[in-house]
Amino acid sequence: MDLNQLEKLNDTTWQVNPHGAMHVPAVFYASESLVKNMDEKVYEQACNVAMLPGIVGASYAMPDAHWGYGFPIGGVAAFDPAQGGVISAGGVGFDISCGVRTLLTGLTRQQVEDVKTQLADALYHTIPAGLGSTGSISLNDKAMDDMLTGGARWALERGWGQPEDLDRIEENGCMLGAHPDAVSAQAKKRQKKEMGTLGSGNHYLEVQHVTEVYDEKIADVFGIRGGDVVLSIHCGSRGLGHQIGTEFLKQMVASTRDYGIALPDRELACAPIDSPLGQRYLGAMRAGINCALANRQIITHLAREAFSRVLPDADLKLLYDVSHNTCKEEEHEVNGQMKKLFVHRKGATRAFGPGHPDIPEALRTAGQPVLIGGSMGTGSFILAGMAESEQRAWSSACHGAGRAMSRRAATRQWHGRQLVDELAARGILIRSPSMRGVAEEAPGAYKDVTDVVDAAAAAGLARKVARVEPMVCVKG
Amino acid sequence: MTQSAAYWEHFDHEADIGVRGVGPTLAQAFEQAALAMSAVITPLENIDTRQAITIECTGDDPEVLLVDWLNALVYEMATRNMLFGRYAVQIESGTLTATAWGEPVDVQKHQPAVEIKGATYTALRVTKTGDGSWIAETVVDV
Repeated sequence: MDLNQLEKLNDTTWQVNPHGAMHVPAVFYASESLVKNMDEKVYEQACNVAMLPGIVGASYAMPDAHWGYGFPIGGVAAFDPAQGGVISAGGVGFDISCGVRTLLTGLTRQQVEDVKTQLADALYHTIPAGLGSTGSISLNDKAMDDMLTGGARWALERGWGQPEDLDRIEENGCMLGAHPDAVSAQAKKRQKKEMGTLGSGNHYLEVQHVTEVYDEKIADVFGIRGGDVVLSIHCGSRGLGHQIGTEFLKQMVASTRDYGIALPDRELACAPIDSPLGQRYLGAMRAGINCALANRQIITHLAREAFSRVLPDADLKLLYDVSHNTCKEEEHEVNGQMKKLFVHRKGATRAFGPGHPDIPEALRTAGQPVLIGGSMGTGSFILAGMAESEQRAWSSACHGAGRAMSRRAATRQWHGRQLVDELAARGILIRSPSMRGVAEEAPGAYKDVTDVVDAAAAAGLARKVARVEPMVCVKG
Repeated sequence: MTQSAAYWEHFDHEADIGVRGVGPTLAQAFEQAALAMSAVITPLENIDTRQAITIECTGDDPEVLLVDWLNALVYEMATRNMLFGRYAVQIESGTLTATAWGEPVDVQKHQPAVEIKGATYTALRVTKTGDGSWIAETVVDV
């Protein structure tokens, strides 16, 4: 991205002042080198979002922003329904409520190291991953609607999980306002056999060990110590979310003109929040959030089963579960007034600062855990929301490393088998049904997540708490 | 007017992948775009084309029709748990009718690299080129 188009506000804040049809500025939170390396498309997309009706504050881009669909991936935008604000299917993304959850295991690296191979195999055999894999759970119509209304709470009622899990999930595991009726029969059919499956692409399940602790006090509140082993799960709402995204994107594309909205890019298709289509999408999208929460809950249950077979002493306690593809109704201060806004986070993590009432009581003094996935060979990070983040981007932070190289370029450069061997030599066991899939997800195909989290911390979006490195990675 | 033979290829997108179909007719370009999408998942020669299904989509805008066509295939792949390696498409006055040939997914045999979440409107283009051939392309989210 050409830096001359941006006004530098400080080392990690870059602004595009409103021009043309932009209602608000576009603001990039990133270091100079990260901004410079962003695709020109990110600039264009962030500016386009600033043109949407009812946008409040600015169109924000996180340090890991990259070229997305209409919205940049790593984009945050809030809309005020009272000012004709809109909701956009593209602003949430195809994988509704894709997110990360991290569990503490109560084990140290040494305890796991001795049985790592058995653990990797047990996890791989217990958790369905990749295209063509189906779960052992098949939902009938009634169960499907209950799942879409109840989320992780529904999963718990079915025996998948522990009661104390719910408190550690955004929305306490159940997104209110979900409308299963707004979800098409096709979307439900696509999900019928996909509960408790990991999916493919950049989704994974990792056994990780804590290599560094940056903030002892917060790490203590989170229950993390150096050398501890944790389990992280990255996946979303599977076929159901994808189908909802596909169908509503099409409906929004078709009806934008009826709503009198001029779009710089078809993919930004949206509907007024207070319109019938906007409300229907909201109900369906919230059902999609519940699907993702239920899915990660079931995978957690399966992972606990796999752990208990190999390591009977393991006690997997949920640290936290974040979603990074959502639109949520939240209260934020705008010009000294509290307002209800609809905050789109597309490839961005909610990051409430210390004291926020929506953070579980046990973690409240520390700030909300913000879970950042890296690539399979490099590290991931655990951050905590900061008070300053509210003023920066409606309490939001980055979500991952972001790709540095296309899938095509990655397969030209690496072979899956060779990567698996190289990572094994470094003590990282990969389990995947597809060697080409592994090559496409090569560590070198991703940006360095360290630069991204350092920029997030410097920009006041989230504080660094700990770094983890993979020991076992199950990829779809 | 010279017309090149039908072919498909992929093009780069930062996070995902672009599928491009080229052919002497709009319908053949759509067939090739579908082949490009199948090849995102597994090499086409891995897919036996022993089972046929039919698909119909309607739409006056050829670009929206391309997205609908690819998304209809994504849906059929997901709900039938199949991969397709051959397509025959007809497009007449805004109605696309197609047959797709393939087989059930066999993870050992196909080693599917990714699962396609959906076809997008990003870098979407359906157009007739100077040499008379059609190009149909868009980015698929994986």
